[in-house]
Amino acid sequence: MSGRVAGKVAFITGAARGQGRSHAVRLAQEGADIIALDVAADIESVKRIYPGATEADLAETVAQVEALDRRIVATKADVRDFDAVKAALERGVAELGHVDIVLANAGIFLFGEPAHEVSETDWRDVVDINLTGVWQTCKAVIPRMIEQGTGGSIVITSSTAGLKGTPYVAPYTASKHAVVGLMRTLALELGPHRIRVNTVHPTGVATPMILNEATFRLFLPDEEHPTQEQAAPIFASTNALPVPWVEPADVSNAVLFLASDEARYVTGTELKVDAGYTTR
Amino acid sequence: MTGRVEGKVAFVTGAGRGQGRSHAIRLAEEGADIIAVDILEDYATVGYGMATTADLDETVRAVEALDRRIIATKADVRDFDALKGAVEAGVAELGRLDVVVANAGICTVQAWDEVTPEVWRDTLDTNLTGVWNSMVAGVPHLIAAGGGSIVATSSTAGIKGLPYLAPYVAAKHGVVGVCRSLANELARYSIRVNTVHPTGVDTPMASGIGGLEGLINSDPDIGPIFMNTLPVESLDPREISNAVLFLASDESRYVTGLEFTVDAGNTIR
Repeated sequence: MSGRVAGKVAFITGAARGQGRSHAVRLAQEGADIIALDVAADIESVKRIYPGATEADLAETVAQVEALDRRIVATKADVRDFDAVKAALERGVAELGHVDIVLANAGIFLFGEPAHEVSETDWRDVVDINLTGVWQTCKAVIPRMIEQGTGGSIVITSSTAGLKGTPYVAPYTASKHAVVGLMRTLALELGPHRIRVNTVHPTGVATPMILNEATFRLFLPDEEHPTQEQAAPIFASTNALPVPWVEPADVSNAVLFLASDEARYVTGTELKVDAGYTTR
Repeated sequence: MTGRVEGKVAFVTGAGRGQGRSHAIRLAEEGADIIAVDILEDYATVGYGMATTADLDETVRAVEALDRRIIATKADVRDFDALKGAVEAGVAELGRLDVVVANAGICTVQAWDEVTPEVWRDTLDTNLTGVWNSMVAGVPHLIAAGGGSIVATSSTAGIKGLPYLAPYVAAKHGVVGVCRSLANELARYSIRVNTVHPTGVDTPMASGIGGLEGLINSDPDIGPIFMNTLPVESLDPREISNAVLFLASDESRYVTGLEFTVDAGNTIR
């Protein structure tokens, strides 16, 4: 099979839906096999904003990848649990043979209070998943990538909130900045092994994480039931390009470039897919 | 198979050889037609020769061998009227313009006290004003097409203060500022503006700029500034072309205001 990542295996966290699923499908379209991981459960602190992915969502990702005639090994696991992440990876490698691409994508989005009013639980959940979970994903996979001796590509999902301050989104913003520091350090440490490490920085992406009433209310605080139609122009006003948000496929195309050998000398870069949000 | 920039027309400056030729060929491989310009004349201030008529002819041959069309013109990016004319002639023939690759540039190496007014002027006129002229010549056609992608060639020298390259560094930083400004200004037309920042690329320009090694050796602490993170000394032009292709294509339809490093980790050291 031909394709821009033909013959490669990609380990993707948060793969049940949203950007993670989109990445799995896009890479599979271009010839990759997939090791997928998702918590596939509600997280208590997130429930007030949006529901967690489900096991049915993860099964749908499996079905979509298999429909492309690619293989996928999917595991229900929490990125906060290092042993579970490691086991999911090893199970995938046992079946698919190797791992060449890592997409540390799993993340949660909490917001609504000024930083000094954020609860300790909210802070811990966001940092544990969005930062420590990314580190644990990398920690699980790096020894094997080094041992394989064939290089590799790690792509960490950051955000425009990894480049700019965002009021009332303190833990998320802190975590998304922090992964940039982790990326830069890993890029230096892993360069001699030809393992590349980069971040992607989307603006709002049309996924359940932002297309929900609670998020719309962040922009429309006086509306009891703000709608997507009401929110769209306000979202658009934060971007330079005249779009409210981007599609998961737009981020997947950037991830695909970084994952492929087309980017074999791209490391340490912050690849923004942000419609000009951070240029304003 | 449909190409990744099928049906688009790209204007590439400095297309006679090196990165410019590589970009023209890579875009043509993926379905684009090309409007090419190159100065084809030497600078008194630059120690290596510019591309020749034969070089530009070779770019034309390579694009046409891919069954794509190309309109190539001898034009100096410092001469706005000549650029405007070249773009207009190309659009008249090829029908539209979707992509501007503002790539033409020169480079000289010298310590700060050996930068002559002529070197300063030629470098800034070509590498900064020339990029500006290329954009201004292209933008009306991009607006007419309903949107487009501008890619300007900056450098690691557009991010770091590389020693012994002050005029080049000034121009390559300047390009970033211009692109950020136009990214905001042109977003309403769905025109995206981004820069690419290569580390050393294996081209006649890079092999032509003598003297850097001696200057580095005169101050051993300077050397690491030029080192890459990945175990590679210089890149093939095609590596940069792959990034340009991504930025030119609709795969990056919402990417604007980006400084895209293709630098083997040079700027994170």
